[in-house]
Amino acid sequence: MPRTPAGPSLIHAPGAGARPDFSAEGPQVHSYTLDNGMDVVVVPDTRVPVATHMVWYRNGSADDPIGVSGIAHFLEHLMFKGTEKHPAGAFSKVVSELGGQENAFTSYDYTAYFQRVAKEHLGTMMGFEADRMANLRLSDEVVAPERDVVLEERRMRVETDPAAQLSEAMAASLFVHHPYGIPIIGWMHEIEALDRGHALDYYGRFYTPENAILVVAGDVVPDEVLRLADASYGRVAPRGARPLRVRPREPEPRAMRRVAVADPRVEQPTLQRLYLAPSVVTGSARESAALEVLAELLGGGPTSYLYRRLVLDEGVAVNAGAWYMASAIDDTRFALYLVPAHDVGLEAAEEALDAAIRAVPDAALEEAAIARAKTRLVAETVYAADSQTSLARIYGAALAIGETIEDVKRWPSEVEAVTREDLAAAAGRVLAPHRSVTGQLRKAG
Amino acid sequence: MSVAVTPVTAPPAKVGRVITPAGIEVWHVESHVVPLVALSFLFEGGAAQDPDGKAGLAQTTARLLDEGAGPHSSAAFHERLADRAIELSFSAGPDSLGGTLKTLTRHADEAFGLLRLALLEPRFDEADLERVRAQSMASLRYQMKDPGTVASRRFFAEAFPGHPYGTPTSGTLDSLPAISREDVVALHRAQAARGRLKVAVVGAIAADEVARRVDHAFAALPEEPTLTAVPFTALAGVGARHVVEIDVPQSVIRFAMNGLPWSDPDFVPAYVLNHVLGGGAFTSRLFQEVREKRGLAYSVGTSLATFRAAATTWGFTATKNERVPEALAVIAGEIDRLREEGPSAEELEKAKAYLTGSYPLGFDTSTKIASQLVQIAFNDLGIDYVARRNALVSAVTLDDVRRAGARMLGDGRMLTVIAGKPDL
Repeated sequence: MPRTPAGPSLIHAPGAGARPDFSAEGPQVHSYTLDNGMDVVVVPDTRVPVATHMVWYRNGSADDPIGVSGIAHFLEHLMFKGTEKHPAGAFSKVVSELGGQENAFTSYDYTAYFQRVAKEHLGTMMGFEADRMANLRLSDEVVAPERDVVLEERRMRVETDPAAQLSEAMAASLFVHHPYGIPIIGWMHEIEALDRGHALDYYGRFYTPENAILVVAGDVVPDEVLRLADASYGRVAPRGARPLRVRPREPEPRAMRRVAVADPRVEQPTLQRLYLAPSVVTGSARESAALEVLAELLGGGPTSYLYRRLVLDEGVAVNAGAWYMASAIDDTRFALYLVPAHDVGLEAAEEALDAAIRAVPDAALEEAAIARAKTRLVAETVYAADSQTSLARIYGAALAIGETIEDVKRWPSEVEAVTREDLAAAAGRVLAPHRSVTGQLRKAG
Repeated sequence: MSVAVTPVTAPPAKVGRVITPAGIEVWHVESHVVPLVALSFLFEGGAAQDPDGKAGLAQTTARLLDEGAGPHSSAAFHERLADRAIELSFSAGPDSLGGTLKTLTRHADEAFGLLRLALLEPRFDEADLERVRAQSMASLRYQMKDPGTVASRRFFAEAFPGHPYGTPTSGTLDSLPAISREDVVALHRAQAARGRLKVAVVGAIAADEVARRVDHAFAALPEEPTLTAVPFTALAGVGARHVVEIDVPQSVIRFAMNGLPWSDPDFVPAYVLNHVLGGGAFTSRLFQEVREKRGLAYSVGTSLATFRAAATTWGFTATKNERVPEALAVIAGEIDRLREEGPSAEELEKAKAYLTGSYPLGFDTSTKIASQLVQIAFNDLGIDYVARRNALVSAVTLDDVRRAGARMLGDGRMLTVIAGKPDL
């Protein structure tokens, strides 16, 4: 999903995203745990009489069993296929009749379902969502066409797009052992073999109250949300313990790797680079904040180091940038990208990129540039507070990967505390050739 | 299960009208919860004004407006924005040149000052034009053989042949090199005018401050734009099917029928009917028949595309090459069924319930509110539209929908464009 006609369903967007602002005007956050172990987070936003209701499960594509890639995402689709009480499509019909909007998404580390409705319908949404946490019913008649839908989704996103094929190849090369190297949607041949049994096994293992996080943002009263949650989710029987995620650890990388996709349809070559980097969970808060600032400083828009050097000064590229996917349970990606100027080959572009990266300690870490990067990251937290959906997503994603509300609140001060030395150290440690995969997208022939 | 539907009576936003000392009308929503200000504006004009052979001029101009102004070079201008996390961007549509500004309230002075400079004293330096041109051409090349892009370009060329709407807003590899600095300067002079400006400001800002700041940014612009009339045009090529062959496993399909403009009395009924056919909920007929029942596609839907001088109802889907005939037949069958029988009374009520109930969801962030308001103003719907809109939808009857349907769906024939390698 999303099942709506537009927009991405699989999240592999760069960056951890903004964190909310906690100045005096910033949102107040309330958290609870139900008796059955389900976590509850409430973020009041009284500007519009609307509520965003989300349930996050602490499992994503990186928890797919070996040989069953795509099952987390396929089950996300199948969660709309009904329960004993509510036949296929009944929940969606009610959401629609109430003037609500709904969707779901799957990422490497989590899967989430949400509805946005007028605030008075929150209890109704909870009733349906709690029901499908425990009572999903699947028949082969609904599973088979939905598998075709997912195959069409993969054709749309990957099979018809050489750039997406390069991204898959680079991830598969960066992660030699860890499942972050497997696409969220799954490999084509494994999706083709997914069936009702795979889906129900996976559902039985992960869709439990202990594994779920309820996030409600909007025009709501926290105590009332808790009462509604108790009356719906609170009735789902606990399993006794949270399901285990079995994740192999990525070994220390030794080899610089290169991959290329050559396709006759490529008219504009591009260059991509991934480095294996610590995440907000595997690294220290300080290190991960330094990598966030570093990505912004190196490649966050037209004032960034790479854009200035490669686009404005050297003219070897028409665009260049960087991103860092901080939000991950295990070691993650720090990325650079470059679109070469028309008369510049990929090899020359790569040389210029490498020279720029080698020069980072001397050329990139000016105090004004560091301050600018921090300002932009911290301002994002105020901008995020303007959107209840953004707030809900920030807290849901953080808790789903094992962060706490306190971690989220501390984030702006972690960013402010980053020093030039932290940045130089992070760049030196992470932006090393042996940690990297370089990818070329080029025309065949 | 049946659900009692609570009619939404309160308007989703309280919109005030501010007339500045210089006489500019601003629509304003004040909210002090989050310390930011969002502004959205549109000038009349846009890509439909691009001269022959210079498609992409309006978009190039929009992309150059934040590339240096007044005393600031491009690099210095971007630095001033970034130092205060001010977000300023400009864009061109078929009928408009516009922009958005977002700033923390404490940086509003600098933000509106930079907006003023960008609008009044853009530099349009040659080096910046060359860089923006190279970026636009790289984007065109990047998407040149993407099936979705190819299908859309061919679709508009067939839908509006010989008309500005048939030419891509982003230009072509032939037209972009033909654009000179003089062209950009002339377009800016012709379109950046206050006379037909639509502007909305939302956030932690009071009315008197709105008036002062909007005047600061816009009041010194020339009064009237210099625009070429864009002739009204109807959807062409109805009944024709075009295939652009690309060697990919999945074909992208675009299809279209007549549409109705905002100003048409049947627009709202047509909007409701479109929701039943292929609107953005999981309950639409096409979503159910194409995706849910048959697994033919991941995405399928329709929407009303309204231009200043044209209107169409267009649809989209993508399915593997082998199943293209089946997908086309299912879509045509649903359109015929809707044309002949119309929606049921229950479907109509449910569509109205969704459309009225979901209206407030588009007003939950300052930037969304600003852009909604400016669109309403641009379509001349009146400042009270936000309050009236749900009553207009609720009043739609089965007769209204059938009447609009006859005009929209006609005899059921469509313009169809397919990009891929369909088994036809």
